Amino acid sequence: MKNICEMTALEISTAIKNKEITVEEAVNAFFDVIDKYDTKLHCYNTVCKDEALKRAKEVQQGIDSGKYTGRLAGVPIGVKDNICTKDILTTCSSKILENFIPTYNATVINRLNDEGMVVIGKLNMDEFAMGSTTETSATGVTHNPWDIEKVPGGSSGGAAVAVAAKLSPVTLGSDTGGSIRQPCSFCGVTGLKPTYGAVSRYGLVAYASSLDQIGPIGKDVDDCAALFSVIQGKDEKDGTSMVYDKFDFDKAVSGEIKGKKIGIPEDYLGEGINEDVKASILAAADKFRELGAEVEMFKMPIAKYAIPTYYIIACAEACSNLSRYDGIKYGYSSKNSENLLDRYVMSRSEGFGMEVKRRIMLGNFVLSSGYYDAYYNKALKAKKLIQNAFFDAFEKFDMILGPVAPTTALKMGESLSDPLKMYLGDIYTVMINIAGLPSFSAPCGFDADGMPIGMQLIGKPFCEAEIMSAAKAFQNATDYHTKLPTLD
Amino acid sequence: MTIDRNLVEYLEKLGRIRLTEEEKVAAEKDLQDILTYIDTLNELDTDGIEPASHSFPVANVMRDDIVTNKADTENILKNAPDSKDGCFVVPKTVE
Amino acid sequence: MEWEIVMGLEVHTELATKTKIFCGCSTEFGGEPNTHVCEICSGMPGTLPLLNKRVVEFAIRTGVATNCTITQNNKFDRKNYFYPDLPKAYQISQLYLPICRNGYIEVNTKDGEKKKIGIHEIHMEEDAGKLIHDEFEDCTLVDYNRCGVPLLEIVSEPDFRSAEEVIDYLSKLRAILQYTGVSDCKMQEGSLRADVNLSVRPKGQAEFGTRTEMKNLNSFHAIERAIAYEAQRQIELIEDGEKVVQETRRWDDNKGYSYAMRSKEDAQDYKYFPEPDLPPIEISDEQIEEIKSTMPELPEEKRERYLNELGLPEYDTGIITGDIALVKFFESTLEKCDSPKDVANWIMGEVMKLLNDSATLTENNPLKPEALAAVINMVKSNKINRGTGKKVLEKVFTDGVDPEKYVEENNLAQVTDLSALRPIIEQVIAENEKSVSEYKAGKTQAMGYIMGQAMRALKGKAPAQEVQKILKEILG
Repeated sequence: MKNICEMTALEISTAIKNKEITVEEAVNAFFDVIDKYDTKLHCYNTVCKDEALKRAKEVQQGIDSGKYTGRLAGVPIGVKDNICTKDILTTCSSKILENFIPTYNATVINRLNDEGMVVIGKLNMDEFAMGSTTETSATGVTHNPWDIEKVPGGSSGGAAVAVAAKLSPVTLGSDTGGSIRQPCSFCGVTGLKPTYGAVSRYGLVAYASSLDQIGPIGKDVDDCAALFSVIQGKDEKDGTSMVYDKFDFDKAVSGEIKGKKIGIPEDYLGEGINEDVKASILAAADKFRELGAEVEMFKMPIAKYAIPTYYIIACAEACSNLSRYDGIKYGYSSKNSENLLDRYVMSRSEGFGMEVKRRIMLGNFVLSSGYYDAYYNKALKAKKLIQNAFFDAFEKFDMILGPVAPTTALKMGESLSDPLKMYLGDIYTVMINIAGLPSFSAPCGFDADGMPIGMQLIGKPFCEAEIMSAAKAFQNATDYHTKLPTLD
Repeated sequence: MTIDRNLVEYLEKLGRIRLTEEEKVAAEKDLQDILTYIDTLNELDTDGIEPASHSFPVANVMRDDIVTNKADTENILKNAPDSKDGCFVVPKTVE
Repeated sequence: MEWEIVMGLEVHTELATKTKIFCGCSTEFGGEPNTHVCEICSGMPGTLPLLNKRVVEFAIRTGVATNCTITQNNKFDRKNYFYPDLPKAYQISQLYLPICRNGYIEVNTKDGEKKKIGIHEIHMEEDAGKLIHDEFEDCTLVDYNRCGVPLLEIVSEPDFRSAEEVIDYLSKLRAILQYTGVSDCKMQEGSLRADVNLSVRPKGQAEFGTRTEMKNLNSFHAIERAIAYEAQRQIELIEDGEKVVQETRRWDDNKGYSYAMRSKEDAQDYKYFPEPDLPPIEISDEQIEEIKSTMPELPEEKRERYLNELGLPEYDTGIITGDIALVKFFESTLEKCDSPKDVANWIMGEVMKLLNDSATLTENNPLKPEALAAVINMVKSNKINRGTGKKVLEKVFTDGVDPEKYVEENNLAQVTDLSALRPIIEQVIAENEKSVSEYKAGKTQAMGYIMGQAMRALKGKAPAQEVQKILKEILG
């Protein structure tokens, strides 16, 4: 039998069902590797051993008694630290929530529990998901397991590294402008940014409400499809979650691709893209042709306006969403305050990091009187045009293929000193969030330094199964996704 | 759009944050860079375009008027830095 | 110089829903601090609002009743500001597309003419929490029980020219909100609050003067006084060559003056933007028609009906229709006693007197409509006379007795067998020879005395008319 940590989530669940291993053994196997490697990598903000071991016993009984029969019953899972977990710290990697223990679960956590999964810890991220490197975390940076001098990407850096380094079989991340796809690309793992409304946001600490989505990260398509089918679906507590045909797992893992029309926006391969990345995407296009798809280039000139549009909308919503952190109801409260105004100002100034402050300021600017129309309202109009551009593209294509990021993982510190540079790295991902579409990120090559390269397949609303099936066909025909870094 | 010290300070005030002198200098530069880039959006012709606020045409998601919550003061105050008599405590709001 | 006062009103009313606007917490008034609070209305991280259906229905009802156009595609916006009574640091409200617009309410002017006061808009929003100053520790305590209670803000046009118009508008608006079941409008519990925007200008001038906004007006009486005070203050300022400053002022009803409030922050920039957590609201023609067809009778319609169909006097109609508690009491009584004028008389006279003497609000009236109906019916059928009826009603009011049983048990029913009266009356005549002879000598006032003695002997249980008739027969 394979080492438990080497297994996919589906393999672990099968092994448990076949009584080859127990849930407790599975959970302990991951705690052992976390103990061993996480001081070096820092994926986890919190490891909840006691809770997880207690839960593992319950789940084992549930599996034995037939209560838990799901595909992922018994599987341990790490969760990004912006997803609320009852009685377990939920910090968003921010000092301002350093001591926050929710009294409620996010809907996705309830769904994991209903499946019989075991939450083993909370994963590091950029503070409040603001960043593309996990360097803005108040708990320290997460290291890329392929090269610990490099960033893992972000904001779901901990969630991507945990899978790549086998410190969790699957994880939950969140994606507001690329925060699942880009770290997956940098770490050589597979992840889904679902259609806006496919997964409940209830209990996801909001960064930008109109863009945020929770999604699965795993070693391959099958694990992502299995985890997505657990968390997706209408939730009564989230008015923006939607009812649609139930996600078809079998279709997602079928590997069907013949006859599909795939478009590649020329604008995604233009100026600024790393040559190795470009070559890998073009090679992937050839592979898809080989597998029976039609692949064609097309123009999407609106793409150059995606970043301005994204940062206006995301920061505007963020500055409002983050106003509730005031040192009164929960979280960090500055002792350096005599009066009410100081309580606000000092708690927030001491509690938030610089990137968060920058986005709060930017958000306040685009919403402030006199600038609303020129910035915020303009961005909402651009959003409409971006939605229209995708609508037009999907008249012609079944899905769109492109790179996830213009480069592979950067050296630590490179983008931290230049925020605009960091923002520009989001060029291929943010547009998908603006349009609310699903996008699947999967490894498709390595650069000259051996760092992973990722591609994304963008689908029509609620067509997750279709893009995953295409990625599955690719994974059937290639072995990029099976290559994971060695840690010792 | 030009970012100056006054604007940075106004934005600090709006966001209830206070930057150090060093941070202000950096913020001025960073915000200027970012906004200069953002201003490229002005090239995009949006005449006659309706602003989009929601991604998909979903409307009327509502709940029935039924009481579902019970008193749970303990949990509400569980994370409060300071509480008294079942209330959150703040520095006095009146002079 | 002759001055004209120009006013507009912003009325906030708490809706009579069972739950808050965005969560399943109770809206019940009172309760220990933070007992009607959950993770949503206390603004915990990651929680999301979900709109209460009834709030939209109530808003449409109010819009229909105030002649508004219903915005069929409307949505919520966030109004951002920091204050401890607002846990999310934004209030979910409506700025860009309020649910109702362009309505009016007709009021009576000082000169008794009719005038339409325009309603600019009505929008839905959430109430804030309560701040309690703790003298002992010199800090402020925060209670979120009221936080998230649904509100309608009803914004008028600046169409008011006198305090009388303001009061008439508020009375009518209150009646509309009560009739439609939208709000109980208890000013003392803050479920109806009015802010007055006021400016003055020389009569005949077209431009408006600089306005101030007055808050903390907790009764109609306070509103009248505050208007008089503020108009005078502004006129004096201008006459002294000074300028009115645009500001928010707080009325102190005990001291009888207002003062400028220290603004919450230097510049209010609410940074409104569309609320991304709530999908838009689409209201169909059918839904509006449905609400129109199920609307209860509105105050004006009821007024017309009371005057024309029930034949009540103008004054009585005004008093009763102005108060939903009286309307309900009146109409329920009518169901058991089909004599509108008698019922109205009793309510206007005896019932109001009992309420006033005991300082009881009409909504807390302990009388049951069936009890009043029983008393009136007994008087009408001559079972008891009116005087006895009043005494019985008082007993019902204070002790909650059953009127019919009470009459029975205390033997208060009138003597209906007239033949039984004559011997008693003859006895009275025999005992009052002096008065009888005075009467016979032409002193007609003596009759009153004899009559009184006879009624006393009969313990008030005989119809006075009959007694007088028998007396005259005997005395000739």
